Amino acid sequence: MNTKLITKSAVRVLFAVMLLITGTVAFAQDKVEMADTMRSNGKIYVVVAVCLMILIGLFLYVMSVDRKVRKLEKEGRELRVEN
Amino acid sequence: MQKSWWKILSFILLIYTIVGGFLLEVPRLFILNETIRNLYFHVCMWFAMMILFIVSFVYSIKYLNATNYRYDVFAKNFAAVGTLFGVLGYATGALWANYTWVTDQGQSLAGILKEPKLIGAAIAILIYGAYFVLRGSFTDLDKRARVSAVYNIFAFAMLFPSIWIIPRMVGSLHPGAPGSESGNPALNFNDIDSRLRMVFYPAIIGWTLLGVWIATLKIRIELIRDKALLP
Repeated sequence: MNTKLITKSAVRVLFAVMLLITGTVAFAQDKVEMADTMRSNGKIYVVVAVCLMILIGLFLYVMSVDRKVRKLEKEGRELRVEN
Repeated sequence: MQKSWWKILSFILLIYTIVGGFLLEVPRLFILNETIRNLYFHVCMWFAMMILFIVSFVYSIKYLNATNYRYDVFAKNFAAVGTLFGVLGYATGALWANYTWVTDQGQSLAGILKEPKLIGAAIAILIYGAYFVLRGSFTDLDKRARVSAVYNIFAFAMLFPSIWIIPRMVGSLHPGAPGSESGNPALNFNDIDSRLRMVFYPAIIGWTLLGVWIATLKIRIELIRDKALLP
């Protein structure tokens, strides 16, 4: 797996998302309550970081399972050739 | 690892879902407040479930058509991951309802959850649960594959009345009910604007691809295990 490619594309996506965030004009405060304070003091990024960590962990796990299955499939193929 | 572009795509889209889903601007809605962001998670579970069940249904028909054991394995595992997403969708929906449907008028969550939409979804998931019970009750592999393929087609057909039709006919707090002025049981199009769509559609694709990935892993493991049975 080309990890460089993944990190490169991930960085690009993150960059694009950050552009979008800075680009959005803040909507005027109206009556509907939103988590504005959470955003202003920046702690929402902690939640994002935690969720990203979980997501990346899950993906690494699924990838490792995938790799194991691949290995088993290869072994099976070799056995079949030997027979 | 079996390299596939769609596995990488799934990863990138889900990263975007979480970063964009938490940080991008969303419409300011009464009662829902920030929970509208659950659209990127809860609703996507049901979309992924529906897509996985469609795939399972197609493989069941293919099995009946060709009697290839491989198709039976495909149908079973897509249905299994679909059911997992259904359970996740139900659980996340119950949690969401707890904070948006229960008002301060002395209702309880148990009272709120007696909803046609939720009962329909529960029935749909239980029907798929019975599919696995049915599979487990056979010792003859060919018979198991054939009968469960027929049952899977029935289970798929039952999805339509239970999660698509009945919720549109009876009053419900869930979007899509006749009183709620929106046309679709999956989501309220009055609430979905372009800001939500920008994350919502990539999120559906990302979650679905993750489900497909897990299903293919289960299929590959089962095919290795049952190699002796395959032609």
